[in-house]
Amino acid sequence: MGAAKLTLERVKAGQALPELAYDVTATTVVLGALASRDWRPMHHDKDFAQQRNGVRDIFLNTPNQAAWFERYLTDWSGPHGRLARMRFRMRDSVFPGDRMVLRGTVEQVAVDDTGCGFAEVAVKLSVGDRTCTECTARIALPRAEGDNPWTRKDLDWKP
Amino acid sequence: MSKETTASAPDLPAEVQGWLGQKRYEQEGEFDVERGYVFTTCASVENGNPLFWDEKAAGEITGGWIAPPTMLSVWFRPHFWAPGRTAVAQPLQVHFDLKEKLALPEAIMTDNTMVFREPVRPGDRLRTWQVLRSVSEPKRTKLGLGRFWVIDVEYVNQRGEPVGTETYTGFGYRREA
Repeated sequence: MGAAKLTLERVKAGQALPELAYDVTATTVVLGALASRDWRPMHHDKDFAQQRNGVRDIFLNTPNQAAWFERYLTDWSGPHGRLARMRFRMRDSVFPGDRMVLRGTVEQVAVDDTGCGFAEVAVKLSVGDRTCTECTARIALPRAEGDNPWTRKDLDWKP
Repeated sequence: MSKETTASAPDLPAEVQGWLGQKRYEQEGEFDVERGYVFTTCASVENGNPLFWDEKAAGEITGGWIAPPTMLSVWFRPHFWAPGRTAVAQPLQVHFDLKEKLALPEAIMTDNTMVFREPVRPGDRLRTWQVLRSVSEPKRTKLGLGRFWVIDVEYVNQRGEPVGTETYTGFGYRREA
């Protein structure tokens, strides 16, 4: 596996990240729930989801959505990208049978007072014309070939 | 991360008012951070980041294996069953306490903010605690009548180094006919 390095100088505000599309199945939902040790029935029991939550099927849980956003961002940044902060808001659920699409845009590129380079990225997870989850993330990127945000600690890391 | 405890609805029960700003449910994880769950998580989202699969890359970039940062809460979700446990253990217990005390049987999470500090590594034994930051006045949404609340969850490693914070906004509600 390669370790491609995306450096800050190659990133500009307005730049689009490559789109990721994925066909969600019941297995996707259940695997994601089990991977995050979430045993709540609305993520594996369709009857419960319909009768108690009033939705049409089981749906992706919150921690697994975070894992999808992380995967999407680091697919783009490569392994030197270091997640600093992520905020997301769930507006609608993602169900088996949905084709979810993640699209991201760089909103800002900046260097903080410790010299660490960051990109602020907005990501939208949608199904058809439904926006299911909106995410904003701050991810540290190397400023040049020899830089590595993962070496930062304590006061040199301001997420 | 929400360090401020904001003013909350004055009609809250005194017990709930008393939880605001208090460090509650401090606990150590039931098990060490381990790579098996890292693989399961990566497989669930098809994450091929070499930091989790390639020892040479992990050594060069992060000084050894790490866990995906977004797995913070995974290390504290209790086993579904354990010997001697008489009640179902709940992660984010403050959230469930609020549902019970405010008589709001259903709840969803609407917002989640995660801040990542020191990397979490296999073999770490993390500690966590929860702090209730705010509870809103009753509000009506398309789901029903309920309240919004904000809870911070702090995480540190066995050396006391902060590894991250999660801030959850939940909405507890009662469905309306």
